[in-house]
Amino acid sequence: METVILFGPLLGALIAGFGHRLLGERLAITLATLLLFLSAALSWWVFLTFDGQTQHIPIMRWIESGSLSVDWSIRLDRLTAIMLVVVTTVSSLVHLYSVGYMKDDPQFPKGESYTPRFFAYLGFFTFAMLALVTSDNLLQMYFGWEGVGVASYLLIGFYYRKPSANAAAIKAFVVNRVGDFGFAIGIFALFYLVDGINFSDVFAAGPKLAETQFHFLWMDVNAVEMVTFFLFIGAMGKSAQLFLHTWLPDAMEGPTPVSALIHAATMVTAGVFLVSRMSPLFEFAPGTLAFVTVIGATTAFIAASIGLVQNDIKRVIAYSTMSQLGYMFAAAGVGVYQAAMFHLFTHAFFKAMLFLGAGSVITAMHHEQDMRAYGNLRKKIPITFWAMIIGTLAITGVGIPTSLMKFGDIPIGFAGFLSKDSIIESTYAAGTGVGQYAWVMLVLAAAMTAFYSWRLIFMTFYGPEKGDKHAHEHAHESGWVMTVPLIVLAIGATLAGMLWYGDFVGAGSQAFFGNSVFTGAENEVLHRAHHVPELIASAPFFAMLVGFVLAWIFYIRAPKIPAALAGQFNVLYRLLLNKYYFDEIYDFVFTQNAKRLGHFLWKRGDGSVIDGTINGVALGLVPRVTRLAHRLQSGYVYHYALATVLGLVGLLTWMSISAGAN
Amino acid sequence: MIGTDLTVILPELVLALYAMAALLWGAFRGKDAEAPLLFWLTPLVMAGLGLWIALEPQATASAFHGGFVSDTFARFSKVVVLFSAAVVLLMSADYLKRNKLLQFEFPILIALSVTGMMMMISAGDLMSLYMGLELQSLALYVIAAFRRDSARSTEAGLKYFVLGALSSGILLYGASLIYGYAGTTSFAGILAAAKGEAHLSLGLLIGLVFMIVGMAFKVSSVPFHMWTPDVYEGSPTPVTAFFATAPKVAAMAMIARLLFDAFGTATGDWTQIIALLSFLSMVLGAFAGIGQKDIKRLMAYSSIGHMGYAFLGLTAGTAAGVQATLIYMVVYVTMNVGVFAFILNMERDGQPVTEISALNMYSEVEPLRAAALMVLMFSLAGVPPLVGFFAKLFVIQAALNAGWVWLSVAAMLASVVAAYYYLRIIYLMYFGEKQAPLDGSMPAIHWAALMVAAFFMLAGVVSMFGVDTWAGAAAASLLN
Repeated sequence: METVILFGPLLGALIAGFGHRLLGERLAITLATLLLFLSAALSWWVFLTFDGQTQHIPIMRWIESGSLSVDWSIRLDRLTAIMLVVVTTVSSLVHLYSVGYMKDDPQFPKGESYTPRFFAYLGFFTFAMLALVTSDNLLQMYFGWEGVGVASYLLIGFYYRKPSANAAAIKAFVVNRVGDFGFAIGIFALFYLVDGINFSDVFAAGPKLAETQFHFLWMDVNAVEMVTFFLFIGAMGKSAQLFLHTWLPDAMEGPTPVSALIHAATMVTAGVFLVSRMSPLFEFAPGTLAFVTVIGATTAFIAASIGLVQNDIKRVIAYSTMSQLGYMFAAAGVGVYQAAMFHLFTHAFFKAMLFLGAGSVITAMHHEQDMRAYGNLRKKIPITFWAMIIGTLAITGVGIPTSLMKFGDIPIGFAGFLSKDSIIESTYAAGTGVGQYAWVMLVLAAAMTAFYSWRLIFMTFYGPEKGDKHAHEHAHESGWVMTVPLIVLAIGATLAGMLWYGDFVGAGSQAFFGNSVFTGAENEVLHRAHHVPELIASAPFFAMLVGFVLAWIFYIRAPKIPAALAGQFNVLYRLLLNKYYFDEIYDFVFTQNAKRLGHFLWKRGDGSVIDGTINGVALGLVPRVTRLAHRLQSGYVYHYALATVLGLVGLLTWMSISAGAN
Repeated sequence: MIGTDLTVILPELVLALYAMAALLWGAFRGKDAEAPLLFWLTPLVMAGLGLWIALEPQATASAFHGGFVSDTFARFSKVVVLFSAAVVLLMSADYLKRNKLLQFEFPILIALSVTGMMMMISAGDLMSLYMGLELQSLALYVIAAFRRDSARSTEAGLKYFVLGALSSGILLYGASLIYGYAGTTSFAGILAAAKGEAHLSLGLLIGLVFMIVGMAFKVSSVPFHMWTPDVYEGSPTPVTAFFATAPKVAAMAMIARLLFDAFGTATGDWTQIIALLSFLSMVLGAFAGIGQKDIKRLMAYSSIGHMGYAFLGLTAGTAAGVQATLIYMVVYVTMNVGVFAFILNMERDGQPVTEISALNMYSEVEPLRAAALMVLMFSLAGVPPLVGFFAKLFVIQAALNAGWVWLSVAAMLASVVAAYYYLRIIYLMYFGEKQAPLDGSMPAIHWAALMVAAFFMLAGVVSMFGVDTWAGAAAASLLN
């Protein structure tokens, strides 16, 4: 069954990619989508019936080289089961949604066949992502890791006629390479230290590695700290954490379903999954964990602040994604992997839905993405409107503070409320300086999340109609293939939190996760998180209220305020609008210098030295020698005889001299 | 005593008697009317002798007090010579008939020349060596000028004769020097006179240099190669095909026999000379072939280069080296037979064409023939996985194992340069410009020779059909 889940999407991709001429586009796409739904149904079956025992399902012998022995096999434990559900559910809904969204794309001329290609990429992505989450060793994980990278590259650049899409695709790939390099070093180091890269070997070695010193470059470092640090570098790249995040907003150049699937719900969460999967190592690396927390909390804050002022609807959601990923890392950093996975799980629902909703708005508005051209759309696209409202309620964390009311042990609220609050409580409960810092950052980020999310809603669905009149007149709701996924995800965004709170972070957590997540002996953060002071626990809720009220004042009540504020705090506004100038700084420090070096090697190294030598030999030396040889071949027999005699004399002289020397 | 001697030289005897009988038969019967019969009969006799030699019991025997040696090495070389000569002769008939050159002396001259080659291969004495060499050469001088009404052919014959006489003189002078210093003409005696020392006395050394020069002329090794392009171009194409194949094998075998049997103790002395000749041949063959417009001239430079590679194996001075050289010669001969089978049929409106540019877009005219030629060209260039690559690999390996690093590197570089003109032919055939196509049809024998040669180049990766092991045994018997 797990094999079917894993290879179903690959089969779908092959059918869509290579079979569409044989089967017809319509049928090929439908088959690919159906296979994905089958995969999703089986995943839910596995998730709901999983008994907590880690299973290894071997598929084939993969690599056997020296002491390196790698199988291709599925590791089925709770973490895998969660990821299976997340990946296949979102992917199947995105497949369905794409059937409508990708129809008659204005980026392609009439008659050009592009949808089967799109579905092939989607299927390939899903397969790679499933290979990543089901892996039983680091190599297979790396395969999936790179596979999703490739799929992401292909999908971001899907509109290959747009130069900006191509640039974004390359940027995503290159920035990810930086992270992947770290990941690869982590794997190499583990193999060097443990002599194996199967998870069971690696995990068993955790305590021993904690006491091992390792000489790296010029310093002695703790082995487990170093290994986890490099693994986290990989996670930072894939999950768009601070310093390696610049690719994610640009990745919005891809079609919107891609953003929903890859850049919100699944691929970008691979980093969080990696940290959780490697928890048996991270638990022994307090230094790395502190670093993870700081990076996560800072990313959450910075990304949210950038999101405040963006005007492109997809970019707002992209920064929101980056910010939420920061939350997850902050949770993992304080050792509450369960909360991180919980947020990953709920976030998949509401973020995918927000993206798909945004896609619906964009289709309705004739591919206009600037929110300043929207307004008053709630009547025209009601289903999208309500879905977006639910998504916003979920992401901003609307619910009833636990101090007021609880349903049994379970707080009442939208999915994001439960998962986000448990993260924020965990950071406080960690009781460390880093935890305090994270708590402050995350609460502030929560207020900003509320602000930018509601800002998006108000600018899009309320207020006067702005922009192209014609577009507004023709705005209408999308067909059922696009609205059904919205509705399904809306249900998930509403209920997923309350349904699984108990299992993920509540009383049943230990039994639910089993040994798939390792927590150190003295790690009681999750337990303590349930007993933080009430004021602390309610802080995110009030932060959310502040954000909502501010957004309401700014964009409904007194729409002149934002412009005035922007004028007054021009420096700050420009800083945020330009994303803290990360792109410009990177361009100046890395890109320009790399380009200069490349230019030098190209012009001087390759052009002058290598080409110069070869051209010199091929065009200068060879013809000269050839001409000489031709001239010697004069046709006169006495010349030939002379050559023979000269050769004889030369040989005789040489031999006489060398024989004399003997 | 004379009875055993005669049994040892029986194959040579048979061929010589056949040639004389055929000459009488032709002279007294219908002259050129008998030519078609002789063009069939002679290859048949040669192939029959080849089979006989290949299948006779494997024993080393000598005749006439060591003047004639029959060992595995000799048998191997003779089989190669006989079969290649037979195939070339078979292919010649059609071309000669089309160009009104079908004269009954041609097969007889070839048969006599082959008899000479067999003598060269089996020579165990300076006398028999010279006898074989001259018999071979005289027949070749005549057939080079076989087209008497053509100035170029006559010129080729004359050039070959004059320069051949010069080289024969040099060789003979060397032989007499060696006789003077060793006191004997038999190889075994010369070996004994060297007293097993690693370096030859100056007199013997100078004699050896003269002899090497004389023999290097026969394999057209640089700087004694000058005749080759002119003779190849001027002679009728079947003659060129013959020049490029059997005599090269015989001369190479003769050189190997002299060097190892008579001077086997002083490898350090002569390997230097052979290395220099090898280097010069490889380099000149590669460079001078570029820019040639005539395919026969091109094949001349190609054969000069290939002889350099064959020498590379001898340079090693080991059994592995000799084995590599023998394999190289077999592969070289096979490739050349295939290529000449093709060249013999390059025609436009009934006129033979030898310009390389005539091959433009040939792949569209005759895709299969073009593909076969492409395989042969790739093999000549030494492109893996074709046999031509392995042949080069073996000789380079042998040289490298014997410590000839610079020479091995030079061999590889020269093969890169030479690849240019082989690949250029392929380029023209597949990506050239459109033009009036060649329209020559191809007789079945030529077609078969071309295809079989190409097939061997491809199939050799899987199996060399025993050539490699037999060559190994031949090399071992030579070094004993």
